[in-house]
Amino acid sequence: MDFLNDWGLTLVTFLPLAGALVMMAIPKEEEKVLKQAALLTSLATLAAGIWLLVEFDYDRAGSLQYVVDKNWIEVIGSGYTLGLDGMSLPLLALTVLVMPLVFIYSWDHIPSPGNAKAFLALMLILETGMIGTFVAQDLILFFVFFEVVLLPMFFMIAVWGGEDRRYASLKFFLYTMFGSALMLLGFLALFFLSKDPVTGELLRTFDMRVLTDAAGAGIVRSSQLLIFGGMFLGFGVKVPLFPFHTWLPDAHTQAPTQGSVILAAVLLKLGTYGFIRIAIPMLPEAAEAWAPWIGLFAVIGIIYGALGCLAQTDMKRLIAFSSVAHMGFVMLGIATLTDFGINAAIFGMVAHGLITGMLFFIAGSVKERYHTLEIKRLGGMLLQAPRLGWILGFTSMASLGLPGLAGFWGEFPAILAAYQPANGIPEETFRGYMVVAAIGTVLAAGYLLWLLQRTAMGEPSEEFANDPHITDVNRFEWIAWSPILFLIVLFGVAPGLIFDVTDPAVVESLNNCLQLPDGCEGVAAATTAMFGG
Amino acid sequence: MLSLFALESVSEVSTVVQDANWFLEHAWIIPLLPAISFVLILFFGKRLPKKGAEIGITAVAVSFLLAVVTGWAWLDHRDNVVFDGGHSESVVVDDGHGSDDGYGTDDGHSGDATADEEHAIVVDDGTTNGDDRVSLAVAAAETGGKTEAHPYVAVQQTTQWFQSGGVEFGAGILVDGLSVMMLFVVTLISLLVHIYSTDYVGGDRRYTHFFAFLSLFTASMLFFVLSDNILQMIVGWELVGVCSFALIGHWWEEKPNSDAALKAFITNRVGDVGLLVGMITLFFAAGGGTTFDTVSINEQVVQGNVSHTALVVAAAALTAAVMSKSGQFILHTWLPDAMAGPTPVSALIHAATMVVAGIFMVARLYPVFFEGMSIGGSSINLLSTVGAVTLVGAGLLAFVQDDIKKVLAYSTVSQLGYMAMALGVGAWTAAVFHLFTHAFFKANLFLGSGSVAHAVHSFDMKKDMGGMKKYMPRTFWTFLIGSVALAGLPPLAGFWSKDEILVGTGGWGLFGGTGGNGAYTFHLSMGMIGAALTAAYMTRCMYLTFFGEWRGGHGHDDHGHDSHDAHDAHGHHGEPHESGPRILVPLYVLSGFSILVGLVNLPPGLFSGSAKSPASWQERFLHYMEPAGSSYFPAVAHGTPSWSLAIVSTAIAVLGIGMAFWYYFVRVDRLSKQTGQSLTGLPNGLTSRNRLAKAGHTLLVNKYYLDHLYTGIIAGFTKGRLARAAYWVNQNVLDRTVNVAGETAVRAGRVVYERIDQGVVDGLVNSAGRVSDSTGQELRKINSGQVQNYAALMFAGAAVLAGAFIILFAL
Amino acid sequence: MLLNQFLLLAAALFCIGVYGVLVRRSAMLVLMSIELILNAVNINLVAFGALTDDVGGSVFALFTIAVAAAEVGIGLAIVLLMYRNRRSIDLAQVDLLKG
Repeated sequence: MDFLNDWGLTLVTFLPLAGALVMMAIPKEEEKVLKQAALLTSLATLAAGIWLLVEFDYDRAGSLQYVVDKNWIEVIGSGYTLGLDGMSLPLLALTVLVMPLVFIYSWDHIPSPGNAKAFLALMLILETGMIGTFVAQDLILFFVFFEVVLLPMFFMIAVWGGEDRRYASLKFFLYTMFGSALMLLGFLALFFLSKDPVTGELLRTFDMRVLTDAAGAGIVRSSQLLIFGGMFLGFGVKVPLFPFHTWLPDAHTQAPTQGSVILAAVLLKLGTYGFIRIAIPMLPEAAEAWAPWIGLFAVIGIIYGALGCLAQTDMKRLIAFSSVAHMGFVMLGIATLTDFGINAAIFGMVAHGLITGMLFFIAGSVKERYHTLEIKRLGGMLLQAPRLGWILGFTSMASLGLPGLAGFWGEFPAILAAYQPANGIPEETFRGYMVVAAIGTVLAAGYLLWLLQRTAMGEPSEEFANDPHITDVNRFEWIAWSPILFLIVLFGVAPGLIFDVTDPAVVESLNNCLQLPDGCEGVAAATTAMFGG
Repeated sequence: MLSLFALESVSEVSTVVQDANWFLEHAWIIPLLPAISFVLILFFGKRLPKKGAEIGITAVAVSFLLAVVTGWAWLDHRDNVVFDGGHSESVVVDDGHGSDDGYGTDDGHSGDATADEEHAIVVDDGTTNGDDRVSLAVAAAETGGKTEAHPYVAVQQTTQWFQSGGVEFGAGILVDGLSVMMLFVVTLISLLVHIYSTDYVGGDRRYTHFFAFLSLFTASMLFFVLSDNILQMIVGWELVGVCSFALIGHWWEEKPNSDAALKAFITNRVGDVGLLVGMITLFFAAGGGTTFDTVSINEQVVQGNVSHTALVVAAAALTAAVMSKSGQFILHTWLPDAMAGPTPVSALIHAATMVVAGIFMVARLYPVFFEGMSIGGSSINLLSTVGAVTLVGAGLLAFVQDDIKKVLAYSTVSQLGYMAMALGVGAWTAAVFHLFTHAFFKANLFLGSGSVAHAVHSFDMKKDMGGMKKYMPRTFWTFLIGSVALAGLPPLAGFWSKDEILVGTGGWGLFGGTGGNGAYTFHLSMGMIGAALTAAYMTRCMYLTFFGEWRGGHGHDDHGHDSHDAHDAHGHHGEPHESGPRILVPLYVLSGFSILVGLVNLPPGLFSGSAKSPASWQERFLHYMEPAGSSYFPAVAHGTPSWSLAIVSTAIAVLGIGMAFWYYFVRVDRLSKQTGQSLTGLPNGLTSRNRLAKAGHTLLVNKYYLDHLYTGIIAGFTKGRLARAAYWVNQNVLDRTVNVAGETAVRAGRVVYERIDQGVVDGLVNSAGRVSDSTGQELRKINSGQVQNYAALMFAGAAVLAGAFIILFAL
Repeated sequence: MLLNQFLLLAAALFCIGVYGVLVRRSAMLVLMSIELILNAVNINLVAFGALTDDVGGSVFALFTIAVAAAEVGIGLAIVLLMYRNRRSIDLAQVDLLKG
């Protein structure tokens, strides 16, 4: 237990990196060994993650656990600080779960031009970056992990991508880098400006815990707004929030299947996680001022992403656009600044990760069988590959927010929360957003079912009618997919599994700064005390 | 967490208890069985000898038995329960902590503690205590005529599902007359449909899937009707929708079928926007932002704690949901298309159960509508008007359909219009009663039409039917019973429920009776017109299907797209023949119900005083179903029926039948015989001569052009122009901006590189180099290699330096 | 004081030496001209030493003579080698230092 407390998070973070280093020593030709090594590493990471999950004290889900606090770069007061609480736990779990599945899928799906060694090693490095981002409790450390993610993804797209991969990868890289730069500026401003709420002294620290407690104390409002704006851009690009989303369809379309899955399942969540972990708790006042705008962009994204989907002729691109819409729901939940809405947002992240990840898996398998993703040319999948077709149907249903499956609990509570946002945020505006978001669910049903109808229903097109390559779901696909399918149902039936974990942490992070909608007096008093009356 | 709201609200005693008869407490088993059956069929169905059908039938049969027992238990509970009011906290979300037996936590004990104080309101027969709520003693209810000694007490079991942000999400069951009635209807019809389907879709390639989805549907519908909170209702509502989608699109190989499925789902989603908005508004306005509990929301509304504006918004939004789910104008268009599904599905989902979900929801949340629509003392409101327009509009459409299922589908829409109208005018019991009776006779008709189609491999009445009376006498008789019940002739089921609705409108002073909640004259007249229309189109349908000469038999290769029902063709062509027992038995059962169920709610005053008809026989349905006087039901007024109204409405129905009979059975029949042509060869008659009639006909054939509006204009625009425009904006504005930004950066870089970097900065460096180079080139000439030259230079230099020094020092 | 005369003599010698170094093509003669220059310097050293009553001047002159002897040794060796390699001691032909 002591080992776990001191080393658990470090272990789970750097295990994949260690695995990647080990893989470096294995000759390129030994593809099978390489695959085994990568899979084993990710499974070990999963085991470590599960161990953390099991030993996690769920009664104290609101506070950080397994905290590691070591000096790192003393000159700038940045530490090697890790910690896990209810907000990061579901996302950590999602990451460690999805990665082994991706490796299993890679067993016989190494995209051209091959070179399994580099491909798998990059994914392991990616895993370290993602896990690190979710557990880092120091802004510089967070930033480092946040950026570590970029490079492997860049190479995955640029090397193993589709025809237009150069453009897509560069766009992805530069766009997110641009956002990150502004975000870093925001972090630096926080470092230089934050003051201790009690003593009024300059803090000069990157420790997220301290900065969260300070909650923007001592920073004048206009600076807060600017700093938040920087972070808004940085995280917003990553989410991606309308209108910063245009890198996403290209990146998704060009990326290899595994890349798309990771991108959808985990990478996009780094942005939303940044909002709820950093931007909002550290700058509550600015968050309140920005909330209507975030909400506006979110609902535009919902409608706009859905319309974009309807216009697509390529299955993968359609799924990519649907991410814009779904992340719009997540952002709407966040924009309410209520514990209820942010819980919904975290649930939405996990659900979207599972569901859209699954959709990308399916798209990858369709591409492999039909060698095209052009919707017009597909059809009758239910006849030729019935299980694949049914899984597509099931996942579409989950994606459009059918109750009983995971998607619903991200979507409905977010809409619900918009009825009554936190104090100080215009209610009427958000009620308008609520209606618009509800209309978005209609469009979601429209594009998903239309996709289902055009690809899975009907008779197979002549082109593929007697194609022997079109086979049903194979063994590796089953192994990789069934956990996801199972979890989609499980979270749909028992949403408490996630809500119970996130709730205390979200309440904790919001309690610092915001009055809850009920106008809970205890919080107000605490706030008064904190700011010295 | 006890919120402030909950503390305020417990001012009145809630008429809900947690503990009651075992069957009432454990009603959740009823939906659970089909749910398990779904999973079992999904995973093991194909390996079983009957391909999974046996699991489905068993599960639903057991559910049905349980539902019957639960129904009995409810009757007993309704009459004999001793209400101690001890569980008034059930409006508080706290209730969720209660364990299944109701005694798990402090709530139970505090309930017991208050029990003794509350005894004043119950008939104390001396046996009551906290553990024995169901008194076995005969209560005084029966002897006192219409006065009720026992209040209406629902049974609620709630357990916490999960919580988020201080809101507890419960899962539970609310068992009262309404849900018990629905349990009975759903399980019975589902069971009959299961049995029927084993023959009807026998041999279908997706036989197992079919049964799996039937099970899932049954489970979802039961889950929906039992739900005790609005969130659970949303869940059930959506789940039945997806089952409907899957079953309409059962034969998805043909595009029209998958189109119909998509249309159904998406149209329902449009209504769901209203559902979400309405439910969310209720959650905050009436649930205080802390509870979804149906009973407490209703209680808040009944007690007047909720702002009228919020209720108006909620009721209007929920009406949109009703319009889509229960096929009300203008969102009804999916329902006729949904006939693309197999006929048993149409009977179960699109006639008897799922489509009444909207009606059920209104009935469940009746205080919201009663207050929000200002039903009491008014003469028009949104819900009732939507219903009235629907019932006439759809009735007219039924006349121009050649497809027998579409006639029935429009008839369903029209009957749902009756129910919505009834709810809109405040006739709660009438609406629910009509829901009840309609389920039986409409399922009967659908299954009957399926039986005919099974024999002729088509649904087209004009082309492939006619004279079926001769070939299928048994189907004919059951169909006739269903038709008469639908047409509303006494004493069959439809008459009683329709008549009650008309009474409930309170229009025109009801020919001597007394009004209901308001003077809904317009609605009464629409109801009358609807009655005539219903009777007339059913007569037309009867004639086209069962009378005249059989027009089919001209080869089986021109089957319409519905001909899938013929997949299980019996292997021989030729004359149609009567269906087998698995199809007929459900028809008999349903015909029996169609005849009898009207009698469960005989109007008061009918045969009053007669020894054969004691008062205790009358209005039994109302007695057991309507939660009048309970804490979660508004104070609706009941119209008193009158003989004159009953006679007039019957006369109108007879008139409708008579006119249709004259036109088809007499005129068309004679014309057909004279010209020797079959029906399809006859001239069109009036519609081809009179321009107005023709215009009307065209309008009807085109279904009021609503489909054009939705499919062509709205959907076409959304997925065509609008989507393309949005995508265009994406590619050409947003993405263009990004690309332009990128390109500009590149171009700027090129300029900087070429002009400044290469030109200026690098130019300086280069020219410096070049200058030194050429200088060197010149200077190297001095380097002759001759030492003496070097020496000379050295001396020259030295001399110059010397000279310079001399000059400097001299100065 | 006879200093000026000594200096003039030295200057004359120096100029002759320089002239020889610069214009003579024979290495031997150049070498000898260098000796003249050195001797001119020696004269200057001794003259200044006598003027200031300092033996330093004479000492330096002696040093210079010794160094000149060594220098001539090395210079002759170079000339000899040059001759061996080229069969000529014409300095005009020696341009290996050309840049």
